Order: sequence, then structure tokens, then C-alpha cells
Amino acid sequence: MRALSLVRWVRAGRGPPRGPGSRYTGNGGHRGYTGHSENRHSEHRPQDPPQKVSVEVLQHLEQLALVDFRDREGVERLQKAIQFADQLQEVNTEGVEPMDSVLEDRCLYLREDDVTEGNCTKELLENAREKLEEYFVAPPGNIPLPKLEERETFLQGS
Amino acid sequence: MAAVVARGCGGVWRRARQCGAGRPGPGPGPSPPGQRAVACNKRGGAVPAGKSGLAPWIPVVGLEIHAQISSNSKLFSGSQVQFAAPPNSLVSFFDASLPGTLPVLNRRCVEAAVMTGLALNCSINKKSLFDRKHYFYADLPAGYQITQQRVPIAVNGSLSYSLCIDNKMSQMVTKTVRIKQIQLEQDSGKSLHDDTGCQTLVDLNRAGVGLMEVVMEPDMCCGEEAAAAVRELQLILQTLGSSQAVMAEGQLRVDANVSVHHPGEPYGVRTEVKNINSIRFLAKAVDYEIQRQIEELENGGTILNETRAFDSKLGCTVPMRDKEGKQDYRFMPEPNLPPLILYDTKSLPANMNHQQVINIDWIHERLPDLPSVKREKLVEQYGILPEHSFTLLNEDGLAEFFESVVKQTQMKPKKVIGWILNDLLSYLKQHSLTVKESPVSSFLLADLLNLLEKKEISSTAAKQVMAIKAGNRKVLNKLIGLVQRKTQGRSNPALVKQLLEKKLSE
Repeated sequence: MRALSLVRWVRAGRGPPRGPGSRYTGNGGHRGYTGHSENRHSEHRPQDPPQKVSVEVLQHLEQLALVDFRDREGVERLQKAIQFADQLQEVNTEGVEPMDSVLEDRCLYLREDDVTEGNCTKELLENAREKLEEYFVAPPGNIPLPKLEERETFLQGS
Repeated sequence: MAAVVARGCGGVWRRARQCGAGRPGPGPGPSPPGQRAVACNKRGGAVPAGKSGLAPWIPVVGLEIHAQISSNSKLFSGSQVQFAAPPNSLVSFFDASLPGTLPVLNRRCVEAAVMTGLALNCSINKKSLFDRKHYFYADLPAGYQITQQRVPIAVNGSLSYSLCIDNKMSQMVTKTVRIKQIQLEQDSGKSLHDDTGCQTLVDLNRAGVGLMEVVMEPDMCCGEEAAAAVRELQLILQTLGSSQAVMAEGQLRVDANVSVHHPGEPYGVRTEVKNINSIRFLAKAVDYEIQRQIEELENGGTILNETRAFDSKLGCTVPMRDKEGKQDYRFMPEPNLPPLILYDTKSLPANMNHQQVINIDWIHERLPDLPSVKREKLVEQYGILPEHSFTLLNEDGLAEFFESVVKQTQMKPKKVIGWILNDLLSYLKQHSLTVKESPVSSFLLADLLNLLEKKEISSTAAKQVMAIKAGNRKVLNKLIGLVQRKTQGRSNPALVKQLLEKKLSE
């Protein structure tokens, strides 16, 4: 699930589809593996060389997910992950409603409004690295990642 | 306690130029209220260009209101919902987001949301979905909040509220605000910021408590309208029992979205104002922000699409740390929860465990009288004025007190209402007492009014008795003085006081 939303998201950051010089025909094409013409799926096909993920996109991803693409290997791994997820595009999903969960036909169980849990402060705090009088201790607010120039990440080189 | 009825505004504002003196440049903040020309047409129409010659501004105010659901346990777990408990004592493994835990939906929370949706004239979605909204914060242990972003439980409703046209409360106008949607979502924990220690203390007692987010469309135009709308919503929620909606305890939280534009032009950039802790502050915050935006734009500046916090001490809004830049919440469907299906009498499944079924029609039939209906009934039944009915409902327990007195006295309701609103209520206010804490019981007041009706006592005397009973110590001392005179100084003042106080407490 996360891979797919990541792919969709990264694709959204790539900009407009390729121009008239593209092999892709304007009327939705007859290339079986992308049988539908929605823009977001039509930009890229698995057999094309993988587009590089731009520095801006990487930076934004880093801030959102609080990961650090520290070196070329990290960025390459990301690109390989996107490529892997792109295989999903081979399936023709035209006219098919997206499925959120394999549980969609199940009944959502409704619980009675009774108090059945809680009162386990000690247990919960056992795993906390830092605590203060039954409070969890956290850093003050969100600490933003240092700016691009101040960091030692591979992104600087790209 | 906020005034339920506020002056209406016509929706068009204009900033005043100081007469005579040159206008100072962009100052530290908006001019004090006295200099602001609120050129509002009280009937709600547009105001033609006035003496200042400036193009008028139309403020646009929308609200996002989070109401804590009144339930025993949380939205997706069985830990208790309670205000002020020892830190992290009302937290289950799920609330702490420990691995291996799953959300289980609380039936009562769904019923509360359906009741609220019906009371606000919404369409209830028979199928609604849950989603994850991702962001990082210490009081959100999972890193996401479960909410209903795609298909919420209720949509397209409306809320009617009333405002006074003038200060005398003799003319009221009814306005409507559209309700975009109501969605179920989780509350986050509480962060206590410790500036000296450079750390944040996190208490997860509140994490996972059920919330109803009520989104009001930007149909309001000033602080007073926003305050009146929220006050009416608060009364509705309290009547339904779906939320106790006490702002001071964080059970009702309001964020305001504010923008200004010239008539005929597209809407301006909006800012979000948070950290509003009372209905009075809501009106102040909205009005300040409108004024700030008008001044900024008239001085050639621009409005940033940002989140601002209301500082109640300074009475102004300031940009909020940690909220700079647009947030990308990466919404995704909550994979652990199938769709929420609700039924009505027609679609009720035959062979399902009825504990697992929520019937919208069943809930609709059992809705109590909403405040607007109660007011109408009071006016019709007792012949009091609409404004009176507003005041009666605005004070917790006052309407019941009034009806109780009416039952026990021969005095006509139209006269009784004067005693309730002018005498009793003002005494209670003076001594900061609620109706329930009133030293004057309905029985006592009825008794007093009966004496008055039978002309056995005078109106002045009745007022004095009420004053004493309501705790006016000065009048008590006066009585002691009278007794002293009558007994020609032969009585023991302390004993007299004791005896009188004993009599009064009966």
C-alpha cells in the first residue's frame, strides 16, 4: 500500500507528460499494459529507462518521511523501489474501482462502550528511553532536518 | 460566559482613516477598535462606498470545530475517557501505538455522530470510510491519525443561529451556516512544553478519544457571527448529549479560517487561526485577524496562507511555529477497518445481531427537542418574547427553573419571566453562581411571587428578600440594623445575625 502511494506521489512531482516526440500516442494507445488513458498512469511504462528522481522531490520526501538519503546507494535503492512498484502499471484497471482493503466485504465490528483497558502506566513507560514523573519525554516540537547545504547527503552531488 | 446573542454584521468592513491627522505607516498592529469603521449594514446587505472612499472589504469566515464525543471509552480502544487523570493512566496498548494492536470501533461514538448529523440536517452516509492522515508529532504516537477524509459519516447540513441587531436585544435576526460535513476521528495526546528544560512532556490520556469534526462553510463574516454559530452548536451538542462541549476542558475546539476580498473579486488568501479557548476569544480572534488582513492589504502587503495562533493576553494573532509550509498528509485508506455501514428501517438486515446494527431512523425518532424547538415552545406556551427564550436556554438549568416557578405560582408567566431574568439572574451573575447553585430555590421564589400577587408584600420588599437570599450581605446587615432599632439596642447583634442566618438557610 505504501509503495503504491509513494509511486503516485513521486510521479506527481515529475511534471507534465512527455511531448509530441513521445512514442506514446495521444488517444490512449493500444499498448496493452497501459490500456487506460488517465494521465497519472500514462506517463511512464516499465520498459522505459527509469527517470531520475529530482533533488527537490527527494528533499521533500526526506522532510515528510524523516529519512535521510545519505548516499548514492540510498537514492538508488529508492529508484529501484519505484521501479519495482511500477510493475503494477502492467495491469489494466480501466473501469475498476480501487480496492482499499481485502476486508471491504466484511462487517465492521462495533464494540460496546465499556471501559476494558488502561491503567498500565508502568508497563507503558518501561520502554521509554526518557521519562519524567509518568510523562514520556520528547524533544521540543518537530526538529526540522538541517538545510540541504548543511547536511552531508548524497543529494548535494546530484 | 459568552453572550449568546451578539450584534449582527452586514458583512462589509471598511478601515477608518483618522480624521485630520495623517495616517501612520504600517504599524505594529491594527488600530484600536475605536478607529475602525465597521461599516456594517445591520440587515446584511452590501454597504456603498462611504466617506473614506476606500473600496469595501468582505470578510469570509469558516470554522472547523472539534467536539469530543461524550462516551465512556475511546473511539477505537477500551481505555477510559476522562478529564484530568494521572498522566498516561488512561492509555491502552493501541493508544500508545504498540505493534500488534488494531482499532475496534466504538458503537456509541457512531451513534453520537449520527445524532449530531441528524440534528444539523445532514445527509447521513450509509457507507463511510476511514483514512489515515500522516504527520509527525510527539503526541501522535502512530505517526498518523485515523479520520474520515474521503467519505465522512454526514454531509451537507445546516445550522441556524440568531443575532441581536442592536444592543438592546429587541430585534433578532436568524442566519444560517452550511455544514459541509461531520467526520469521526481520533484525538491526539497532550504535549506540555517545557521551555526551560528544552523538552516536551507527553501525556497520552487524550490520545484516541473520539472526536466529531464539524466543518462549517465560510458563510460567516465576522467574529460575532462565528461566536453565535458556535454557541448554538454547543447548545445542540449538549442537548443531544453527544458532547458536553465545554471549551474550557478542551471538549470543544474551534479553528477559524479567515480571508478578505473586495466585492466582485475572488476570495482572498486565507489564514487559519488556532488556540482559541473560549467563545468570547473566538469573536476577538476572528475580528482581529480580519482587521490585520485588511490593514496588511491596504498597506500594500500580502497575506500568507499560514497558521496563526491567537494570543489571548495580547488579543492578537501570531504566526505559529512548526506549521510553516504546506503540510502533505499523504492520506491513505485505513486498511484495518472495513467500510462503516449504517441502516435505516428499509434497509435493515433481517438476521443480523442487533447490537451490530445502527438504525438511523431509530435514532432520528429518539432525538430530543433541539434548542430552537424548545425556544419556540417556551414562547408559545408562556407568551414570553423570543429574546427571553434565548436567555433562558443560554443559562444551564434556567428554563427548567422558570417552568418550575410558573407551575407553583399564580403570577402570570409574562411577569414571572421578569423576576427570573432581571432579579434572579443578575444576582446569580453578581455572585458567580450557576442556576443549580442558586440559594433561592424555585419553591422559594414561587412563594415570594405568590405573596406579591396577593399584595401581601410590596415589589420592593420582594426584591430585598431576593437580594438577601441570593447572598447580598449588605442587606442582611441592614436587617440586623433594623432589629437593633426595634429592640432599642437591647439585642445582641451577633445572636441576631445568627438567628437571621438560620432563618435564611431554611
